[in-house]
Amino acid sequence: MISLWRDMNRRGQVTVALAFVLLLFAPVAATRYVLSVLTLILYFVYVGQAWNLMMGYAGQLSLGHALYVGLGGYVSAALWVHFGIGPWLGVFPAVGIAAAFGAAIGWLGFRFGIEGVYFALLTIAFAEFTRIGFDHIGFVGGAGGLFIPYEQSRLGEWWNLRGSQLFFYYLAFCLAVLAVLLTALLARSRLGYQWLAIREDETAARALGIDVFWAKMKAVLISSSMTAIGGVFYAFYYNSLFPAQLFDMSRSIELILGPIVGGLGTVFGPVVGAFILTPVGELLISLTEKAGINAPGAKAIFFGLILMTIIYLVPTGVWPWLSQRLGFTRRRS
Amino acid sequence: MLSIWLNVVVQGILTGLLYGLMALGLSAIFGVVRLVNFAHGEFAVVAMYAAFVLFRAWGVDPLVAMLPIALVFFVVGFALQRTLINSFVGRPDHEQFILLVGLAIVLVNAVLIVFGPDAQPANLPYAFDSYMIGPLLIDKVRVYAAVAALAVCAALFGFFRFTRTGTAIRACADNLVGAAVIGLDVRRLYAITFGIGLACVGAAGSLMVTIADAVPSLGPAYTLLAFTIVIIGGLGSMAGALVAGLLIGVSEALAGFLIAPSMKSMFSFALLIAVLVLRPQGLLGKKPA
Amino acid sequence: MRFDNRTRPSRRQVLAGSAAAAAALAAPAVVRAQAKTIKIAVVLPRSGLFAAAGQSCHRGALAAPKVLADLGYAVELVHVDFESNVDVARTQTERAIADGAQAVVGAFESGATLAMAQVCEQRQVPLSINIASVPQLTEQGYKYLVRNFQTNAQLVSGGLELIKVLMGATGVQFKNAVFVHANDTFGTAQRAAMDRLFPAAQMPFPLLESIAYDPKAQDLAVEVTKIRALAPELVLVTTRSSDAIKLVRDMVRQRFEPKAIISPGSPGLYDEEFYQALGPLSDFHLFNLPWANPKSAVTQALAASYKVANPTNRFEVDCFNAGFTFEAIMVVADAFKRAGTADGPTLMKAVKATDIAEHVMTGGPIRFDEKGQNNNIQAAVVQNRNRTPTVVLPPDVAVAAPVVPMPAWQGRS
Repeated sequence: MISLWRDMNRRGQVTVALAFVLLLFAPVAATRYVLSVLTLILYFVYVGQAWNLMMGYAGQLSLGHALYVGLGGYVSAALWVHFGIGPWLGVFPAVGIAAAFGAAIGWLGFRFGIEGVYFALLTIAFAEFTRIGFDHIGFVGGAGGLFIPYEQSRLGEWWNLRGSQLFFYYLAFCLAVLAVLLTALLARSRLGYQWLAIREDETAARALGIDVFWAKMKAVLISSSMTAIGGVFYAFYYNSLFPAQLFDMSRSIELILGPIVGGLGTVFGPVVGAFILTPVGELLISLTEKAGINAPGAKAIFFGLILMTIIYLVPTGVWPWLSQRLGFTRRRS
Repeated sequence: MLSIWLNVVVQGILTGLLYGLMALGLSAIFGVVRLVNFAHGEFAVVAMYAAFVLFRAWGVDPLVAMLPIALVFFVVGFALQRTLINSFVGRPDHEQFILLVGLAIVLVNAVLIVFGPDAQPANLPYAFDSYMIGPLLIDKVRVYAAVAALAVCAALFGFFRFTRTGTAIRACADNLVGAAVIGLDVRRLYAITFGIGLACVGAAGSLMVTIADAVPSLGPAYTLLAFTIVIIGGLGSMAGALVAGLLIGVSEALAGFLIAPSMKSMFSFALLIAVLVLRPQGLLGKKPA
Repeated sequence: MRFDNRTRPSRRQVLAGSAAAAAALAAPAVVRAQAKTIKIAVVLPRSGLFAAAGQSCHRGALAAPKVLADLGYAVELVHVDFESNVDVARTQTERAIADGAQAVVGAFESGATLAMAQVCEQRQVPLSINIASVPQLTEQGYKYLVRNFQTNAQLVSGGLELIKVLMGATGVQFKNAVFVHANDTFGTAQRAAMDRLFPAAQMPFPLLESIAYDPKAQDLAVEVTKIRALAPELVLVTTRSSDAIKLVRDMVRQRFEPKAIISPGSPGLYDEEFYQALGPLSDFHLFNLPWANPKSAVTQALAASYKVANPTNRFEVDCFNAGFTFEAIMVVADAFKRAGTADGPTLMKAVKATDIAEHVMTGGPIRFDEKGQNNNIQAAVVQNRNRTPTVVLPPDVAVAAPVVPMPAWQGRS
């Protein structure tokens, strides 16, 4: 973590510190609308970072991360609704179950040598399988949905994740900062280097004596656990859960756009990606509206074109390009 | 009771053939160009709308319209590969993925703006006819579509087996370096393959219109279906794609009948997981060297 | 953003007036609270998965300002598309309120409606639900929310009751029935209500089986085969829009002809795409739903305005979505007129005290209970006739007599 800080030159350090302070005090100046967008961005930073650990560092392409969001959300919400167990306690079984699913997918994938797009399809298959399964679990409402009561009297109970927009903003902020720090830490750890070795050349990594299977398993376990916590946040932020809404493939895709656009395998890539895509989406809504384009779908077309343009121009992501352009990192000899 | 069983299986087979055709295009693109075409289903939807327009405006039967549509899609595919996609060949999966997801978003929403959100039915004059063969009741449109799908498959099979270009493409798929060494123009072959892949989707989409209505949001489901079938059948195996299509069609039909219709697509995913784990090269795929 | 032309001058007057008043009183907050026009954000899923329904509701919203102006209400509508995405629903509701919306109408889909409800609750802005049937909406303790729409239980119990009325009116008996439903949020909630209410309703026929299907299914051939094997005289359905087409089409292909197909409170059988796809085969299906009361003056005014606002669409087909969306707007406009202010708590108090006798949909006056639910809505029996939904029962609102059993598929025109 410290080495990451040292790797940046003064300009980079100042920028990162400034961004941190700005976000910390954003609620002072931001309108509620801006705050709600920022909350969404920070949520995507968090889950994007979780995905980045697995894909960006360990090189395992998962297209089914919505599975862990859904499991985390459903487990914690069901415990709260049915047994009155608060999310600070419920988060543990939520993480446990998501990690168990992650472990199962990882085990199947790595033990049987399923790689690349094949592994991605394995993750999609699991997510879709679970989605349809949850459609039929009556205990959590099936396709009809699970609802967390919104009780005015409990609004101050932050320990039960009952709070205002401001509370959820800071919660998302904490999650995002912790995820960035964890990524920075892992990136410079023994495990992080093992991941990089595996990502670049698995055979060579094995020859170096790295336990490839376990290193990859750790990536899946960490990533799925983190994502499940994101799911707990999601459940208590929105107070309603539907399998079609949580487990859908489109949610998995949405979650990975940020890290890829921002820059995979970098600490700040997912941050930059989320801070580009979500505001672009919101901005496009106002812009198409101001331009008098009254065609639902027009905004999405521009969004798709922007995605294509970014990946065409800077295929390795915006952050690596940006940090080089602006001279954020020390040149290594 | 037996007659009902037979009916269910026959429905599964006919639908499965069309699924197979849908996946064939992806099999070519994914198997040869190694491009993760995540806009596959969206292309199929665009083809459905094209067939719909041709029928509504000029009364061209989708079974006929499938030929010009496939031709146009071939040209589009060729051009796309030459311009936009070529620089993404050989790049990491996730970069291709973003490019094509972006393309998919554009296609779906363009269709939404042009045609609106309502389902658009072709309303063929024979849409409601069915054949009665003994105890069997078979939809006319499904039979037509399945026969057309088989014909397209046969044509494709012939192309890859008996033409110079087809053989060269197979060479690219088997051994890219070798193909380049012996002087094949890989870029051109890739463009042709992508064109063929899209032509297949174009044909499949046109046929799809005969049994389903065109709706903008169908894309992702078709994409997923195509990937599932290609992997179950085995990458690069055309027969595999057909067999897997049939397998999915029949197993979904049976699961829907025996267990619960709302759970039937669970079985395709379970099948996919099983194949990935137990036979990663697919049912009819070659073992990787 | 789109403003109705008719509200423009009055809005300008208001602005001019408020400027003058502001100068006089130097208290802009008070002036703003006394504005004559209320700004309402209409949040609907006009793209994405629910685009078809969202755009149908939107057409009703487009027709609303003129009718309301003629009734003496002044509204300014802001149209927001939430892309069938909950995240967007939440942030865009925040944005609309930040831009000055004083009430929110929406959102057809329950998940998004709940997300918006939280924003409205925290901002103390009334949320008037146009369509969303999940019972929990009014059970979660939201104070700034009213629903002029039926819950699933109300839809089903009203639907079943009307089947008895239909049997009484036509003298047709059904020996047995099968219930078929889409396995999505709405369908599952209907199923739950059905499981609970069917035995209690003491229907004169048994329910042989309930069958759930995947709304994303490519076709419903197998499902229909399964129904056909049970040979019911009556098929009860809960569909979305495009799957209703698939269901009927596969019934025709498999030559399965029940005496009647009745939806006890669901969409699908009355969408334009249903008529377009099935032509004569779309006729004679029945649905027991709250419907636009053809004999109400407000309905007739809305129909006229609708035709001007949406020349290419049919009001008779859209009137369920359009009617409830209009009424949701009307509830806010009426409360604003009575309260004389758009100040959240005061306006909400007025919304809760709503009592509108003359409105569009069938049923008694619009009134809300302490939870914000209107329990006065009553369903009617509507039958497709000549590709047009036609109210056939109860007699006081009917414009034609019901036809049961329905004629054979073959030989229709």
